[in-house]
Amino acid sequence: MTMKTSKTTKAAATGVTRRTLLKTGAAAAGAVAGSGLITGFPTIWAQNPITLRQFGTGVSNINAIAEKCKADLGITLEMTATDSDAAAQRAVTQPDSYDIADIEYWILKKVFPSGVLQPMDTSKLKYFDKVVPLFITGKLNPDSVIAQGTAPHTVGFVEAQDSKTFAKEPTQWFTMMPTIYNADTLGIRPDLVGREITTWADIMDPAFKGKTSILNIPSIGIMDAAMIMEATGEIKYADKGNMTKEEIDKTIEFLIKAKQAGQFRAFWKSFDESVNLMASGEVVIQSMWSPAVAAVRSKGIACKYQPLKEGYRSWGGGLGLASHLSGAQLDAAYEYINWYTSGWVGGYLNRQGYYSACMETAKNFMTADEWGYWIEGKPAAGDIMSPEGKVMEKAGAVRDGGSFEDRMGKVACWNSVMDEDRYMVRRWNEFIAA
Amino acid sequence: MTTVRLIGAGSTKDKRVFRIPPALVAYLQAVPLTAILGFFFALPILMIVTVSFWDYDFAGLYPDFIMLNYEEVLGSWVTWKTYLNTLKYMAMVWVLTLVIGFWVAYFLAFHIRTTTMQMVLFLVCTVPFLTSNIIRMISWIPVLGRNGLVNQGLVGLGIVPQPVEWLLYSDFAVVLAMVHLYTLFMVTPIFNTLMRIDRSLFEAARDAGASSAQILWNVVIPLAKPGIAIGTIFVVTLVMADFSTVQVMSGGQSASVALMMKNQMSLLQYPAAAANAVVLLVLVLFMVAAILRVVDIRKEL
Repeated sequence: MTMKTSKTTKAAATGVTRRTLLKTGAAAAGAVAGSGLITGFPTIWAQNPITLRQFGTGVSNINAIAEKCKADLGITLEMTATDSDAAAQRAVTQPDSYDIADIEYWILKKVFPSGVLQPMDTSKLKYFDKVVPLFITGKLNPDSVIAQGTAPHTVGFVEAQDSKTFAKEPTQWFTMMPTIYNADTLGIRPDLVGREITTWADIMDPAFKGKTSILNIPSIGIMDAAMIMEATGEIKYADKGNMTKEEIDKTIEFLIKAKQAGQFRAFWKSFDESVNLMASGEVVIQSMWSPAVAAVRSKGIACKYQPLKEGYRSWGGGLGLASHLSGAQLDAAYEYINWYTSGWVGGYLNRQGYYSACMETAKNFMTADEWGYWIEGKPAAGDIMSPEGKVMEKAGAVRDGGSFEDRMGKVACWNSVMDEDRYMVRRWNEFIAA
Repeated sequence: MTTVRLIGAGSTKDKRVFRIPPALVAYLQAVPLTAILGFFFALPILMIVTVSFWDYDFAGLYPDFIMLNYEEVLGSWVTWKTYLNTLKYMAMVWVLTLVIGFWVAYFLAFHIRTTTMQMVLFLVCTVPFLTSNIIRMISWIPVLGRNGLVNQGLVGLGIVPQPVEWLLYSDFAVVLAMVHLYTLFMVTPIFNTLMRIDRSLFEAARDAGASSAQILWNVVIPLAKPGIAIGTIFVVTLVMADFSTVQVMSGGQSASVALMMKNQMSLLQYPAAAANAVVLLVLVLFMVAAILRVVDIRKEL
């Protein structure tokens, strides 16, 4: 869509649509009445065919969000899902192919300096003050310790609108609106491990020889490896998220030794592979993502997202604006982001087991029981349903790892991109070939 | 000599005849194939070769002429090990598909008496091709897994006390899946050449006192060589270029050349992947040349 056409249609739309505006406004008010929240959006895009092209990793490219966005805002969202590597690549190499980049913070660290994204003006972000402080100061609570790795707040702001260098302190220019994040740990088959699992080092237990797996995505796999290796006491990293060459060498050699000793059953690359490995009993302990654990459980197979004493490896993603956005499309993009953070999406993501960046607004779109189970770590009073309406947990269940504060407060390390990235990837390939 | 008549307005008085020069005719006939091969084969390869000399970092590719990509490819033990591993798969898969493929083709060509039945059985061989490659490959996983069909059977019958681990996520699994996927590429060309063998040759050989084994060795196999060569080319190129089978069936534990390239591409290291592709291309071309040197396909077809 060219900018010119969208501008003219907008002008025409504001002229003729007072009635529709009232009508939609009434509908919105009705919807709002139910949730007890006022979310009046100034422009009604229904009469103004704005399309925003969003691409990103599969986790947040959810059709239900696009449908709801169309219903609430009239903005058509075209979503493309890719894996992390491809997302990073596309963000940089095809900046005109998207309007909204839905990427992770460690990707942002690589992507933003190339100038394909523009920072957001925090004064235009309606719910900026509701964003969890983790993304502003790096601390969930004032007394939290800032985790290692590419912590989102370190790449959250730039000095000025046209700046490409990240600011040390919060500024008016926000690089990305955080949307979705979580704390990852090891998944286990409680029925097959036969003992308490308490530390990342347990994956190296000879008892599980040939029954473990880690993920084969270098930038994330190396972090899991680092958590494991540090837990075994073989090394103490200065910063797991930014290793020196010697640290990389030691980590990879450790992995190669374990691989040749037959400790691993397989290395997985995609979500489905990790689900199948676990569900079929090929592995009993492995790196895993939270929805994959839910997927194994939904097959009626016991699977636990085991909290470990060293803490979690965390990741977070957000929405960034493409540099080429301006005029009506830029307004629509801001509006979309304000809508995204206004609560409905947050509630949806929370109920999937992720976390939303604006917890306060999301709370209004969850029942007290859902909020208690997912966020406060309380036992579920009734059955807990997924957003698609499937029973995820029976009444009485407690979330693995407990409350939001317990989980996100124990992040040891964020997914990251290292200065020695290229060297790390080369060594990782050696590990896979070894 | 070709003449092209342009039927103008259909009038007879203005009848014009264009004669295309004979030299041009041959070129015109070659144009479609040249265009297709040029656009979809020569041009991309040229680009790959060009890019393999470029410099790169995360954000982009920089036109240049550096040997660094080749130095990194050829100077790393990972490359050598990966090539050796791929060649190992290739050799194993080739031997197995050749034996099985020849066996099946021989049976079809000489033991099935009616042509109809031959065609029916040949079509039966192609039935697996009605589903996708990936599905045929992945369907091995529940069969070979720790709690899979084979292991359940073996443990249930008391043949082994513990499930056999090496069935899945091992070289065995990779080779098994590849043999399953590629044997038909061996069967088809061999079957084709066997069908062309003049049956009277067998009678002549028998009259001359040859045993069945001697007929097979001295008559059938030499005459089947072109089919074997074509099947070999198929299997060799397919195995050398495979990445999905290796990744899925080895559970990511083994590397193949194409998988290495795929990893590099997903990390934006296009020039490195291009250099790798050029090395692989040269190697495969040498292999094909060697095969053609042993068997002159054109002469014997």
